Amino acid sequence: MNNLPPYLSVPERIWHYAFWLICIAVLFFLIFPLLVIIPLSFNDVPYFTFTKKMLSFDPEGYSLKWYNEFFTSLNWQGAVRNSVFIAFFATIIATFLGTLASLGLSRPQMPYRTLIMSFLISPMIVPLIISAAGMFFFYSRIGLQGTHLGVILAHAALGTPFVVITVTATLTGFDNDLIRASQSLGATPTTTFFKVIVPLITPGVISGALFAFVTSFDEVVVVLFVGSYRQRTIPWQMFSGLREQISPTILSAATLLIMITIALLTTLELLRRRTERLRGVTPS
Amino acid sequence: MEKVQEKISLVTADGTPLKISLARAQRRSKTIAFMMVFPLLFFVTIAFIVPIADMLLFSIDNSIVKKILPKTTEALKDWSEYSGELPDEVVFAAMVEEIKSAKASRQHTKIGGRLNYESSGFSSLFRKAGRKVKKIKTPPFKEALIESDKRWGDIYTWQVIKQNSSEYTEGYYLSALDFKRKFESGKIESLPEKDSIYLKLFFRTLLISSLIVFLTLLIGFPLSYMLSIVSTRTSNILIIFVLLPFWTSLLVRTTSWIALLQQEGVINDFLIFLGIINEDGRLAMIHNATGTVIAMTHILLPFMILPLFSVMKTIPKSYVRAAISLGAHPWKAFWKIYFPNTSPGIGAGSILVFILAIGYYITPALVGGVSGTFISNRIAYHISNSLNWGLGSAIGVILLGIVLLFFVFYDRIVGINNMKLG
Amino acid sequence: MNNFMRSMIAAAVMITFGFVGQAMAKDLVVVSWGGAYTASQQNAYHAPYMKQNSGIKIINDDSAGTAVAKLRAMNKAGNVTWDLIDVVAADGMRLCDEGLVEVINHDKDLAAAPDGTSASKDFGGLIVSECFIPQIVYSTTFGYRTDKVSRPMTSICDVFDTKSFPGKRSLQKSPLGNMEWALICDGVAPDKIFDVLGTSKGAERALAKLDTIKSDVVWWTAGAQTPQLLADGEVVVGSTYNGRLFKMIAVDKQPVAMLWDWQIFDLDGWVVPKGTKNKAEVMKYLRFATDTQRLADQSKWISYGPARASSAPLVGKHATLGIDMAPHMPTDPNNAKTTLLTNYAFWADNKDDLDAKFNAWLLK
Repeated sequence: MNNLPPYLSVPERIWHYAFWLICIAVLFFLIFPLLVIIPLSFNDVPYFTFTKKMLSFDPEGYSLKWYNEFFTSLNWQGAVRNSVFIAFFATIIATFLGTLASLGLSRPQMPYRTLIMSFLISPMIVPLIISAAGMFFFYSRIGLQGTHLGVILAHAALGTPFVVITVTATLTGFDNDLIRASQSLGATPTTTFFKVIVPLITPGVISGALFAFVTSFDEVVVVLFVGSYRQRTIPWQMFSGLREQISPTILSAATLLIMITIALLTTLELLRRRTERLRGVTPS
Repeated sequence: MEKVQEKISLVTADGTPLKISLARAQRRSKTIAFMMVFPLLFFVTIAFIVPIADMLLFSIDNSIVKKILPKTTEALKDWSEYSGELPDEVVFAAMVEEIKSAKASRQHTKIGGRLNYESSGFSSLFRKAGRKVKKIKTPPFKEALIESDKRWGDIYTWQVIKQNSSEYTEGYYLSALDFKRKFESGKIESLPEKDSIYLKLFFRTLLISSLIVFLTLLIGFPLSYMLSIVSTRTSNILIIFVLLPFWTSLLVRTTSWIALLQQEGVINDFLIFLGIINEDGRLAMIHNATGTVIAMTHILLPFMILPLFSVMKTIPKSYVRAAISLGAHPWKAFWKIYFPNTSPGIGAGSILVFILAIGYYITPALVGGVSGTFISNRIAYHISNSLNWGLGSAIGVILLGIVLLFFVFYDRIVGINNMKLG
Repeated sequence: MNNFMRSMIAAAVMITFGFVGQAMAKDLVVVSWGGAYTASQQNAYHAPYMKQNSGIKIINDDSAGTAVAKLRAMNKAGNVTWDLIDVVAADGMRLCDEGLVEVINHDKDLAAAPDGTSASKDFGGLIVSECFIPQIVYSTTFGYRTDKVSRPMTSICDVFDTKSFPGKRSLQKSPLGNMEWALICDGVAPDKIFDVLGTSKGAERALAKLDTIKSDVVWWTAGAQTPQLLADGEVVVGSTYNGRLFKMIAVDKQPVAMLWDWQIFDLDGWVVPKGTKNKAEVMKYLRFATDTQRLADQSKWISYGPARASSAPLVGKHATLGIDMAPHMPTDPNNAKTTLLTNYAFWADNKDDLDAKFNAWLLK
């Protein structure tokens, strides 16, 4: 009897179910706080609490006025415009410089690779408050504090580590024989680059660019210091909203951001599948 | 032997020895590789590294007194500050003259502001002096200045000025580590326990961060394990539960924890509904360390799960099965075989979470109250509120040092080249 | 990055997004606190001024909360993009000390009262700095939840009485105000407060009094927090700016009442940053925006007292609610039976020191 396979024993069975229960609880813990935001954004009163009317599903307890406020207020309109504008240019700079550097870093002859790599990803490691303070001091010295350009450069710097990491990761699995094959078949270096290298690194570049974009789009500490009211982004507006003028408009903005996040995640997942498909045909 | 080898060494078509040609080609490759990295290196240096270095400068810069009161500073060099006597007439004359000229460009109050960080009262001393000096026209300046405010007759006043008239100071670092310079003796003393701030905050930051690492590991481990044993299709879907919060704005998640944790918030209401607590027993889970720990555990959990999951994926299931088939109890097999194999993931996740946690600022500011604020909150306070930029920078540099120390650990354990995201 | 590249990128950015028109010479950037406060300024000052002067466009910049640090940075960079800043008096004095704002000749630069009284006499003792033009008198005072107390709160010491009034209270995370109140309730004569507080024994005494309620305090750092905490039922009583409580009570109809006892008066007003590119236009605007009628008009929108003596009789009804504003003013005789005025000279000297002590105490 004692020789029964363990997974059939009662404690094992209990453990098995307990384990799944724990996992479901953790998934719930991860996702629940995001779900809570959504009904609260349809709140009728200007506070972050579930009212009695809301809990009894009385339609009067719900309202779209915070969405209305979000779409009509000049503060929020400016914030959306600034967020997109700053994140767009920061992403372009970060992606271009990051991809170029990753191509260089992945060449087998690259000297001092580890040293340079740790240097390049330092913006991701240094606590944001320190980066923000340093940039605040230095950017004001050179006249970039309180300018769109200053915030774009700061965000680009914060975004580059993500591009470098994702693109070098794509290149780690890169088979150098492909280049040699292409060249031996008579392709010029330019042709090789566009026909062989570009298609292979594109998913890494796009995923890195997405990381850079979201870094800028979500970033609040650096923009609070390096930016000014004219550079207010959505997180800037949310932060001052949490401190100066509390209203559920923040929550409606948050709900919209969650929707955007889901859209971005779907894109990432599709890209990942594409990478796997491409990897599937490369000999290794 | 050597000569023979030299003779048979290979040459390329144009007659160059292959060795040299190869070295040249490699040098060229190296240059190309470096040229590709250079633009980013340059950009990161200017946009990021130089600002950090600038902050380093701020933390030791003390030029203001010397710049605005050059003659007084020079004259004070001849005065022995522990002699028990006031400086002589030359110093007072220089001071009166320089406050007069500083007053014209409103510089005298700047010195007052700077020295007030060292010792209370200097702000009003210099503001008042700015008003009074214009009446002091003829010597003796010493008596006249003391007449205008008797604090000019305290040796202490001059000791403070003299000890802050050098170009650089370690004073901000002393303050940031809860030390104080006794200007009367020039000795450095540590503050009594009841007045200490920064060491306590550094310690608390490290303590709460460690607790958060422990909690994320405790919660993240089973989930990562589950993700690694289910089919790829299932794990690809479930991983979205991890990535969605990862990508959702930090402010959004903090806001939602405010709604959840407050006294009349969702969790308290739910506990009352279940009858676990009554109306008067509502739990205080926000505006204290509990709030910080809960919210930050949630925010940083994905940073633990992702590296754990990527390591667990690669551990062959056959290891544990082999151990069990050899007679080990499943628990023992897990503990002796599986768990040690996950250590690179545990190491990577723990250090990543730890490094990120000790630099947190926004979440503790919004949900941390008093007992849940971090050292970063003090940095922000000194930069945007008290305007003591030197002290803020010094605290920042110390925090940076701690983070870099852990980063070196990270490099040793994981290697930065193996860093992966998602 | 050199200047050439910087300006090239800036130019490209501007052309792409058509930002060239944004910084026209006649735009005046006015920095203020946002929300209801900026709205009151918009209604009382900006809108009528722009109507009279079609060439001027006033742009509101809601970053007064961080204005001091930001102005210092702008000044260092030599690139001041603000034209007028709304600050509390203590910050106005600090900016003046640092030489970051213009010195004002109050009589020459500002309009006299309708009866001919000079501006400096009309503002009187409220001109606390030569760079500062007072605008409103506000007070930091308490509001409490009427439905959560057994009897109305009438004395500041009720805040310290956790037996009769159980529940959390919210106080500002700063020594200012709290230490004064603590000493009053510890039996120090109101006129001796700053003599006591200036000694290290006195500071300890104040902190010891605060110690008695420490475990019941939620500390706030921004003006909107106490109203939110009161509305959420997180606290029963809390300090904040009186205008915030007025909005809670009169506009949002929350079950909250005022506790005016020992309210602490403070001033808010204008400073002109050095380096503004529109100094002449700003001074012209200031003369208009700080005249007797305009200051009285602002109180139609928000319950802060006008800083000119000559404006007081002109205070009328709320512009949209139609209620009489005078009884809601902190300066109303019924509300101002016991008051303190912020001691600027004392806090300029002692803020850093007391703040360190206060924070060390918080950490204990």
